Amino acid sequence: MSVTEINPGTVIEELAERKPLSERIGSLIRKQPLGLAGLLVVSIMVVCAIFAEYISPYDPELASFEHMLIPPNGDFLLGTDQFGRDMLTRLIFGAQTALFIGFTCAFVGSFAGLVLGVGSAYFGGKVDLIFQRVMDVFMAFPLIILALAIVSIFGTSMSSVITAITIPFIPRCARVVRSSALAIREIPYVDAARACGFSHIRIILRHMAPNVMAPFLIILTAAVGQAILTEASLSYLGMGVQEPTPAWGLMLQGGAEEYAESAPWVAIWPGVAISLAVFGFNLFGDALRDVLDPRLRTR
Amino acid sequence: MSVVETTGAGTPVEKILEVTDLRMYFPITEGIMIQRKVADVKAVDGISFSMSRGETLGLVGESGCGKTTTGRCILQLEKQTSGDIVFNGQNISTLSRSDMLQFRQKVQVIFQDPYSSLNPRMKIGDIIGEPMKVHKIIEDKTERDRRVAELLSLCGLSPQFSDRYPHEMSGGQRQRVGVARALALNPEFIVCDEAVSALDVSIQAQVINLLEDLRDEFNLTYLFISHDLSVIRHLCQRVAVMYLGHMVEVADCDELFENPMHPYTKALLDAVPIADPVLEASREHKIVKGEIPSPINPPSGCVFHPRCEIAVPGCSQAIPKLLEVKPGHWVACPEA
Repeated sequence: MSVTEINPGTVIEELAERKPLSERIGSLIRKQPLGLAGLLVVSIMVVCAIFAEYISPYDPELASFEHMLIPPNGDFLLGTDQFGRDMLTRLIFGAQTALFIGFTCAFVGSFAGLVLGVGSAYFGGKVDLIFQRVMDVFMAFPLIILALAIVSIFGTSMSSVITAITIPFIPRCARVVRSSALAIREIPYVDAARACGFSHIRIILRHMAPNVMAPFLIILTAAVGQAILTEASLSYLGMGVQEPTPAWGLMLQGGAEEYAESAPWVAIWPGVAISLAVFGFNLFGDALRDVLDPRLRTR
Repeated sequence: MSVVETTGAGTPVEKILEVTDLRMYFPITEGIMIQRKVADVKAVDGISFSMSRGETLGLVGESGCGKTTTGRCILQLEKQTSGDIVFNGQNISTLSRSDMLQFRQKVQVIFQDPYSSLNPRMKIGDIIGEPMKVHKIIEDKTERDRRVAELLSLCGLSPQFSDRYPHEMSGGQRQRVGVARALALNPEFIVCDEAVSALDVSIQAQVINLLEDLRDEFNLTYLFISHDLSVIRHLCQRVAVMYLGHMVEVADCDELFENPMHPYTKALLDAVPIADPVLEASREHKIVKGEIPSPINPPSGCVFHPRCEIAVPGCSQAIPKLLEVKPGHWVACPEA
């Protein structure tokens, strides 16, 4: 068979998908300006987190009594806190904590929810019924209350904070994924896979899960923002990350009450960082939904 | 009900499949937490038939008569309510796990809709290769790719298609992929569930010819489920007619088309249009009166009696048995 043979399928594919890159980026900016702004915020956070040690001017945990509560100036761009630590440095390192907890919780929780949700839909019947009622119990608690309860049981170590934020995500993701998987369950390729004698695990992971990716990815990005917010809330309440680890919620707690009037920058900057991060992830998630939803997509 | 014993050739040969008194009831439930069964949809209500190796049996009937459910029970995609399905001498509802895997290799399916029967996230090569990998028929990747290419060309597709996704192919091409997937495990028996109904006529003819060639080459046995009588007549040696979960007539293909005996079969054959427009316009159509009854609450006695032209008062009492009125021709109607 010659390589130069013109295949109708190839031509169609190229017409549909091989637009020049510049043109595709251009149309993306026109269609999803907010999504790109979200992506930008997320990217800046990721860069800050990865290169924190190189780009931050000072040591995030080194207290200095000579430099307590200095307002923003040339040396300390965003000022210093009540222990004389540079705010900018702590914000940059705080991105590490926020992203680490945010991504870990969102990924672990969403993947567990994906498998459980698809599995619940696949097995159906009694399994589905019992499973969904258990999920209802978890959903009955607000996110932060459930997280607080788990932390107060297991203590405030990093791992129990991650567990506390992860567990409430599982039912939220499972519920959304299940509704899509229920429809996929009835599509003949799942029957074909069963007729081939594939194992339940293989059908769930290889045949059903990849086909619920669109709602899953949206849930995932929203979960990252939500996890960052929950971590900040827990830290603010003193039930999350502990001093001297730089974390935005902790910085907010340290600054908000005592220094709100005398040194407002101590509370403002971590607040701005938290808001921007959550905002960024949510905008990105929204844009992702529009791009992935075939009903909204124009070729 | 007795099992139909003779085959198209009239000689007894090896039975590959025997279905005895198969029933598939789907319960209708009410209640949220505690579910009560309020009724049954009697999709298949006591059918028996058998098939010999290398034979093609056509299963015809209108929508909702239980053809597809019968196929799904044989594939064990649904667990039947009662009745036995014996494949190669083994009752498939009592198979052990490893025997079940063996059974899965031997019995395959081709679905109606080529657009939804292929996983859109998998490449064609993976779709066809996966069964061979899972069943450890060919474990080596390059060897498997070679076999996939072989199967693709066997089904009239270029081996280059193995790197494609299903959405990049046309309906006819996809259906060929469905055929290739069914062949991947070297099956003995294939359930063709409306395998050509979703294709346009010219593609239909190609796929039917392909199925015929494959049958002859690999001595395959097909259960060909369809509502298209012309396709059935072309492809099948024997035909079984179903109505509302019951089998009303079984006969050799030519015998059934030339000499239908059950009033429902007659009506069904009468509904087939004649290709000559003059003849078609002038002939008298006998349309079956009334609607197909609900399978939740089927009529008593013979399920066809409310719509039957030759019904007598006794028809609403006893359920008619499938009786052999001529050699190889079985009819479930005492009045026929």
